[in-house]
Amino acid sequence: MQKLKLVLPALLGLAVVVAMVFFFQGEEEPDTAAAAPASQTGELPVWPVRADTGSEPTGLPPTLGDAGPESQLARIFREIEGRNLGNALQLTESLLQQYPNYRLAHLIKGDLLLARARPLQGFGALNGLPAEQVNDLRAEALKRLQAYREKPPADYVPRYLLQMRPDQRYAVVVDTERSRLYVYENDLSSGRPRFVADYYVTQGKLGADKFVEGDKKTPIGVYHVTADLSRQKLPDLYGNGAFPINYPNEWDRRQGRGGSGIWLHGTPSDTFARPPLASDGCVVLTNQDLEAIRENLQVGLTPVIISNSVDWLSLDDWARERDELNRSIENWRADWESRDIKRYLSHYSREFKAGGQDYSQFAAQKQQVNAGKEWIKLELKNLSVFRNPGKEEVVVVTFDQDYRSNNLNNRMKKRQYWLREGGQWKIIYEGAA
Amino acid sequence: MTTKSLFQPRFRALRALAFGLSIGFAAPVFADNLPDIQRLIRQGQHAQALEKVDQYLASRPKDAQGRFLKGLILTEMNRPADAIGVFTKLSEDYPELPEPYNNLAVLYAQQKQYDKARTALEMAIRTHPSYAIAYENLGDVYAKLASQAYDKALQLDGANATTQNKLALIRDLISTSGKGNVRPPAPTPAPTPVAAAIAPQPKPAAPAPTATVVATTPAASSPAPVVSEPRPAPAQPAPVQDSARDDVAKAIAAWARAWSRKDMKGYFAAYTSDFTSGKGGRKAWEEERQQRIGDRSGNISVTYDEPRITIDGDRATARFRQHYKAPGLNSSSNKTLVFVRTGGKWLIKEENAR
Repeated sequence: MQKLKLVLPALLGLAVVVAMVFFFQGEEEPDTAAAAPASQTGELPVWPVRADTGSEPTGLPPTLGDAGPESQLARIFREIEGRNLGNALQLTESLLQQYPNYRLAHLIKGDLLLARARPLQGFGALNGLPAEQVNDLRAEALKRLQAYREKPPADYVPRYLLQMRPDQRYAVVVDTERSRLYVYENDLSSGRPRFVADYYVTQGKLGADKFVEGDKKTPIGVYHVTADLSRQKLPDLYGNGAFPINYPNEWDRRQGRGGSGIWLHGTPSDTFARPPLASDGCVVLTNQDLEAIRENLQVGLTPVIISNSVDWLSLDDWARERDELNRSIENWRADWESRDIKRYLSHYSREFKAGGQDYSQFAAQKQQVNAGKEWIKLELKNLSVFRNPGKEEVVVVTFDQDYRSNNLNNRMKKRQYWLREGGQWKIIYEGAA
Repeated sequence: MTTKSLFQPRFRALRALAFGLSIGFAAPVFADNLPDIQRLIRQGQHAQALEKVDQYLASRPKDAQGRFLKGLILTEMNRPADAIGVFTKLSEDYPELPEPYNNLAVLYAQQKQYDKARTALEMAIRTHPSYAIAYENLGDVYAKLASQAYDKALQLDGANATTQNKLALIRDLISTSGKGNVRPPAPTPAPTPVAAAIAPQPKPAAPAPTATVVATTPAASSPAPVVSEPRPAPAQPAPVQDSARDDVAKAIAAWARAWSRKDMKGYFAAYTSDFTSGKGGRKAWEEERQQRIGDRSGNISVTYDEPRITIDGDRATARFRQHYKAPGLNSSSNKTLVFVRTGGKWLIKEENAR
């Protein structure tokens, strides 16, 4: 399976570079841990585009996230590049009519007005402006323009969404490097995730991959929303509402990750948007975007998968990976039913650890229990399979388990973490979800 | 915005009115009243001036000059709302006059309504593209708006932004005759046209074009002043010369235009205050030119071929072929104008024809 990251089509690249010249005049990006390395080199990674056609991605659903200011910003910068500063100012002013608190638009307006008194010198051109804030706004503009110019192609899906359970109507995927949140619909008719919309987001001040409390980073992993907090119950900082997620999850704890209180939430009333790196680890949307995704979020159900750089798979590769995992899960189920303890335990990693047991303790216990079984009937329902972002090949498998046997019946919601070891998927953790 | 929409449909109809107005000025019938009022204004006797102007307007309620003075008086009396009312009405009735727009802008700017000020000034410039004061005011308003935008963008404390240039109020309604306040045309289309258009004349002591632009349009809000532009080193005189040459070219254009329009104020303003033709003093020369130009009937046209300009410090020589047309006289001659730079302006010190 190949990861696809091709080079920018030449023309698109040129447009980006022209825009970058405007942004990067004079100053450097702030040197923070999470600043996207791609932006600093001036070479932006692009969505995987089919090498055989080389064409731009087409056929995206019409709902794609053009509701935000990205398209207008793109037009404004096009006018600036074309030296049509009057048009640019007009567009900026109409953008401000739409979003009166939009600081980035105010900054551009300042530059364009200043340009009437002297030649335009770049972004945040007035000397003596606080560099940090100007850099924040520049970073936001870059992220938004990049997102506008590089839409995910229609026939690729985020690798993480391998299988959603039928009642999971939507999934949220966050790409921290791109400062972008994608909403996918669980399209039951085609059995695959369908792109709905994408939005600009803010992450932790120091980027992604949270490890300890207070590190001002956004966690990477597979989570779900656990509550829907309305505006009335919250300080203004959280804007129109908040959706806590279950960080740290079982996998995080196993790896010693700490901290808490990671939410998706809105924006305070004094600004339309926040810089790309600004929160204490939360994922922040503009209030209008929060309202837009609010109806897609089901408490306790909607997966929120945060990655520092989303991997996209072609539908073929995606289907292959999904089938492989489904087969592994089915084999595990069947082997448990078979009461062949060797075959059953072969699905577990030697690194297995759960409920205070390591692999040998777990194996011993299972062996003992298995001795009393005359028959086992095992059904799995509402299966979901999500790949965990990151270098290790880990998937999160959740299902409703209906276990019946000669001496015990039990129903539970179970969650397993499967790790790919030597070409085989092995269970490394399991427990009640 | 509102002024704009009011203005557009009336433009054509009122062109004739404005023309009538300029004829009206010259007629001596008003002379006994308006100068009186202007004198009262100069002496600071605003209440009296207001009384007089109201009397004056009682019989001529539409009179532009009288209404303009009334607006000025109200402004001086610190009655901005009333003054705005007068100038607004005047600009609606005479949308071709730039002065009411300009003064409206000044009043709006005093009330920190910079967007309205900007609209008014843009109207003034639309009606009179060469209106220098409006350009300068607009530059200040743009800078002010820019600093407001920066304040909003970066959540700066706007309180320190009050060190703003006071905009210039126009005290005379003179645009109808094209006198004064006339800005020379920009020589070349710059990539940022407006920036070029509002660049003031270089200061004599610091002949660095970009630096003067910045220094004279302070973007008021930023805590640090915007003067850190590097000035060109003396070792590179070329850009300075170019800009001086442009300025001289503009001065020639302004001089020829004033002459063509019989704009005596503008024409005399093109010369140094001690310029004479050699016969008699300055006064005699002015009288002679007044007779030959201002009092001549019929149209005058002064055009010229591309001048050759040489710059030597604050002194410039321009040689060109001049084409003069007037009823009964068409002539072409070789002309040499010697300019000196005085107070940032290039003025004619010598004029020779062959």
